[in-house]
Amino acid sequence: MKLTLHVWRQQGPEDSGKLETYKADNVSPDQSFLEMLDEVNDDLIKTGKDPIAFDHDCREGICGMCSQVINGRPHGQQELTTVCQLHMRQFKDGDEIFIEPWRARAFPILRDLIVDRTSLDVVMQAGGYTSCHTGGVADGNALLVGKPVADYAMDAAECIGCGACVAACPNSSAMLFTSAKVAQLAVLPQGKPEAKRRVKAMTEAILSEGFGNCTNHYECEAACPKGISVKFIAKLNREYIKSMIPSSTE
Amino acid sequence: MNFLTNTVGRKILMAVTGLLLIAFVTVHLIGNLSVFAGPDSINAYAKALQDLGPLVWIFRLGMVALFAIHITFGIQLYFENKAATPDPYAIEKTLVTSFSAKTMIFTGLIILAFLLYHLLHFTIQVTNPSISAANLPLDAASRLDVYTMMVLSFQKVFISLIYIIAMIALLLHLAHGISSWVQTFGLSTGPSQDKVISIGKVLAIVYGLAYIAIPLLILARIVK
Repeated sequence: MKLTLHVWRQQGPEDSGKLETYKADNVSPDQSFLEMLDEVNDDLIKTGKDPIAFDHDCREGICGMCSQVINGRPHGQQELTTVCQLHMRQFKDGDEIFIEPWRARAFPILRDLIVDRTSLDVVMQAGGYTSCHTGGVADGNALLVGKPVADYAMDAAECIGCGACVAACPNSSAMLFTSAKVAQLAVLPQGKPEAKRRVKAMTEAILSEGFGNCTNHYECEAACPKGISVKFIAKLNREYIKSMIPSSTE
Repeated sequence: MNFLTNTVGRKILMAVTGLLLIAFVTVHLIGNLSVFAGPDSINAYAKALQDLGPLVWIFRLGMVALFAIHITFGIQLYFENKAATPDPYAIEKTLVTSFSAKTMIFTGLIILAFLLYHLLHFTIQVTNPSISAANLPLDAASRLDVYTMMVLSFQKVFISLIYIIAMIALLLHLAHGISSWVQTFGLSTGPSQDKVISIGKVLAIVYGLAYIAIPLLILARIVK
């Protein structure tokens, strides 16, 4: 396959950046998108040019590092797929492909396609954890979790924190990411004691980190490579409403 | 109060005020549709409202507060969301969101501009004094002749056009708003989501068409 790539090139956070055009003339349909870029980079290096910088790690769709907007869609056109698991057979010979980084104020571009996603970590640090006493290993059966609850928590825990929801959101909101963490912990016995504090702190962090507000476009759900449902945002909203009701136990 | 600065707190505030405004739009529509039952019906309705006396003013103050909260926070959220998305993509693509969801701020501002005109037209009656109920002869039961004021107003193409355009904006605003509060109150459960969105859009079309029917049928001289 022969492809024409329009890739965002940006030297650093302060650089203005622009799209540059490259030819990929020897693309195998069995290559992954990242392998295709690896070959383009090999050619760039051979001709003495800077290779295209992009994030990647596990290349098996579970680490959440790869982060490219391909033809206007985070992780490309294939549903429930990260860039590393997107294969070139999804494209046709002669296709023009636009490759851009996640774009959001909360994700400053470090170089080319690499963005700084520390802001998601800050949201996690605000409350995406459970506090527990240290000591011996707890008995596995001491805390019983029903199957429906466990399944619900697992569905939310599928989030790999890649930030595609932010990249897809017209408001650059991190609400789907935050809601997956809030919902997962809110239904489990380990997470319940801190549920009120957690939802308040994590939603505060969304704005202080420069993300936008959720206005129910649901683009996040459509872009999510793990199929995280916006029902978790409804759950987060419920948890927030619950957190405003004072209880006698606090 | 953190509630007023929190991203979800303000979302809930938009939903609560939005829902109350939907309730207002519903009651207002039912009252308006009495125009199709003839002069006696809508003139009696207008008289009944006026006879509420001080209650009318309490209600009006409540409405001002609702609109003020909904508009202020709507504009504030719009600018925050703009600031969060400084650079556009070379290829902008959306998959599931709707035209109405993307244009909430604009349809909202059109509705606000219309609201001011509407109050000047029918409530304060200064835009077309010659055909305002205050200057028209009273009806047979010596009530203000609201019916004739509506008919004479909407027979003017310019006035009808303003109302029809504004009601299209209202339709679009409701098409996102009606289903949106269900999600914001945390009532959607995943599988019900698509149905809620569809029902919201259908209801918005019902509201929009019912409101548009009034100027349109009068303009077409079907109601006279």
